[in-house]
Amino acid sequence: MTGYLIRRIGGALLVLFFLTTLVYGLFYLAPSDPAILTCGKGCTPERLADVRAAMGVDDPIPVQYWHFLEGLVAGRDYPAGPDVRHCPAPCLGYSFETDQPVTTLLLDRIPVSFALALGAEVLSLVFGIGAGMLAGLRRFRILDRVVNALILAGYAVPVFLVGLLLLLLFCVHLQWLPFPTYVPLTTDPLLWAQNLLLPWVSLAIIQAAVYARLTRSGIQETLAEDHIRTARAYGIPERRILWRRALRGALLPLVTLTAIDIAGIMTGAVLTETMFGLPGVGQLLVGAVRQIDLPVVVGVTLLTGLIIVVANAAADLLYAAVDPRVQLR
Amino acid sequence: MTLLQVTDLRICFGDKRAVDGLSFSLEAGGSLGIVGESGSGKSATALALLGLHQSAVVTGSIDFDGTDLVTADPRPFRGARIAMVFQEPLTALNPFQTVGDQIAEVYRLHTGASRRAARARAVEVLGQVHIPDPARRASAYPHQFSGGMRQRALIAMAIACRPRLIVADEPTTALDVTVQAQILDLLDEVRARTGAALLLISHDLGVVAGSAESVVVMRDGRAVESGTTEQVLLAPRHEYTRALLAAVPKPGTRSFEPGEPLLRLHDVRKHFPQPRRGSLRKPPPIRAVDGVSLDVCAGETLGIVGESGTGKTTLARMMVGLVPPTSGSITFDGVDIARRRGRSVQMVFQDPLSSLNPRRSIGESIADPLRLAGVRDPRARVVALLDRVGLAASEYDRYPHQLSGGMRQRVGIARALAPAPRLIVCDEPVSSLDVTTQAQVLALIEELREELGFALVFVSHDLAVLRQIADRVAVLKDGAVVEIGKTSEVYEQPRHAYTKELLAAVPVTDPAEARRLRALRSATN
Repeated sequence: MTGYLIRRIGGALLVLFFLTTLVYGLFYLAPSDPAILTCGKGCTPERLADVRAAMGVDDPIPVQYWHFLEGLVAGRDYPAGPDVRHCPAPCLGYSFETDQPVTTLLLDRIPVSFALALGAEVLSLVFGIGAGMLAGLRRFRILDRVVNALILAGYAVPVFLVGLLLLLLFCVHLQWLPFPTYVPLTTDPLLWAQNLLLPWVSLAIIQAAVYARLTRSGIQETLAEDHIRTARAYGIPERRILWRRALRGALLPLVTLTAIDIAGIMTGAVLTETMFGLPGVGQLLVGAVRQIDLPVVVGVTLLTGLIIVVANAAADLLYAAVDPRVQLR
Repeated sequence: MTLLQVTDLRICFGDKRAVDGLSFSLEAGGSLGIVGESGSGKSATALALLGLHQSAVVTGSIDFDGTDLVTADPRPFRGARIAMVFQEPLTALNPFQTVGDQIAEVYRLHTGASRRAARARAVEVLGQVHIPDPARRASAYPHQFSGGMRQRALIAMAIACRPRLIVADEPTTALDVTVQAQILDLLDEVRARTGAALLLISHDLGVVAGSAESVVVMRDGRAVESGTTEQVLLAPRHEYTRALLAAVPKPGTRSFEPGEPLLRLHDVRKHFPQPRRGSLRKPPPIRAVDGVSLDVCAGETLGIVGESGTGKTTLARMMVGLVPPTSGSITFDGVDIARRRGRSVQMVFQDPLSSLNPRRSIGESIADPLRLAGVRDPRARVVALLDRVGLAASEYDRYPHQLSGGMRQRVGIARALAPAPRLIVCDEPVSSLDVTTQAQVLALIEELREELGFALVFVSHDLAVLRQIADRVAVLKDGAVVEIGKTSEVYEQPRHAYTKELLAAVPVTDPAEARRLRALRSATN
């Protein structure tokens, strides 16, 4: 187990290292010079040199990359005119665009994305598993058909369409909800939830369809297994067979999927964040790419990689915890 | 006193009648065997006893101790008064629950005992079925048990609530022959100790012969014959019973002249490396085949017998060059087997359904080796081969799933025959077939061998089949040959202890002989 964790963490660090190398490399293939953009109009060569030094782009690329890695581990100093600006570890540098530390930018955005991901995931799990169970039991034929149709629709409809329709319906026509703006949880929990409701629902509709399909086929497969027949032959009540045995077998694959999906929404729900004006990580990334804001792009990539690597490891550990047949080694 | 009286039982799945007017009775504490081939309705009968059919129409009466189980709610009986032991111990237990918890759950359900009492009972019954260290093993999950131990655990679950009837549906089919004998002995012991009646369902007359006092022979949902085991097995009245008994392999009587050595194995080994786990030291490899030297002579049939995990399939695959040996040499006619092609050695596989391409017609599958050998238009040759193995020419364009198991194995044989090999290696070619089909396929192989004169290596776990077909037998254990010799000598004067153990475990259809072997087994344990 300890050996497994050590190997796992080593592997994760290696993945993150290659990821930053790749992003750095790709970025310098782009033909524009961020220093000129920052310096703006009426830029003199002397000013440009200062700007370059302040941004840390006057060194050759490998040296810049080395400084970046150094900053991550030990922090680094940036020249700022006559003074020196210290950026404590883990230092991701300063945004070219806003001159704020990238770590601060990220820390501001993470709660928003996390709230979005967690809420959407809870909704998807509740509705997905519920619908999947109803369909999987085949107790009510019509229900099975309806759920199946909904699952298919959920698969087919793109998230921005769902989001726009929800906005139109609830904010424009019915006017039940205000147009979403992000309110921090600490300011007003009720308002926070009210504003996040539509983004949650629009993400969950599609996610729930995936879960429902998995649950449905999982329950049907597990109910056909031999040990269910044994349980029946020994008089175990049907309700108990369903809740204790069939559902457990059916939900196993969902464990892994949930951990990875949370990571996916946290870093990849760009469309939803943009549509509902949520200042999340995805939005930050899109803006940074447009502005050629290298430190922010690298920071977001690193965060994305970290979240996904951690989520995968968590999924594997969870899987081993719920299935006694799985051994970590 | 009659415990179970089944009268005019009919079970229909839609239009299909699985059981059609079956009647039998079982005394309290008695034992009854139901024998039949696949599709005879024997398992459907077992499930009907506990009302476990979900989509079938069951009529007639099943009188269990004064209650008609066809009309009454069967649930209070399940596990409490009638307990079932299923065929596949691998999948019949819940993989997410420890063995002890599963037994305790059933016990608590029917007796309302406390958690602690149920746990104690689980450990007690696990001990009664001879699970070593039951208090500790009760906390193990099913996948941590071997096949035989899982079946013991299931029997422990069956006796936990002290039922009056134990229904065992093919309880030993997936098990090795020595384990099968242990499980049958255990069922017998459990019956003697608890006084529960036993309803034993099997396709194997030999399984029933030693364990049941009376026998019902089923065919197409009906009982064709019933009576005491002695009557039915020693003096059968119905022709189907006679046909079943005739299909049981009998010792062969062929005289045999060994020819020149054709295939020579010298100190052949196959080791499979194991992945590193945790520690830095590499674990020792699995020695699937570990130092086998033997010759297969022209014109002979060499039987290779072994239980699961003894390396017999690996050995067979190395003989045809499918798997390269780790060390040692395999030569055919003096040439390394890896450099020989189709016309020297061919193979017949165990499972004809999975070894034939499902998307290719069987004629095309048989034609493949011919095309490889350079035959331009093989259709005429394939039709001749089909005819030779007893299939109609019209089968050429059909697909494997449209054929029965016996027909598929005939296709497998035809495909092996196609390039006219001098040696055919068969890996368990009849183990998935019913006993009458098995007899037909064995007869076909024997006939072809005599007519075409190829040498045959016949790998099997079934000692009775090998006794019928093989000239010489090699006994495999842990990847090594522990005994090799003429069939009659190995069977009549076995020298190695393992061979003796195997032979004592073989089910025989003579009830008196079966009892003698059981006494022999209990004396040695």
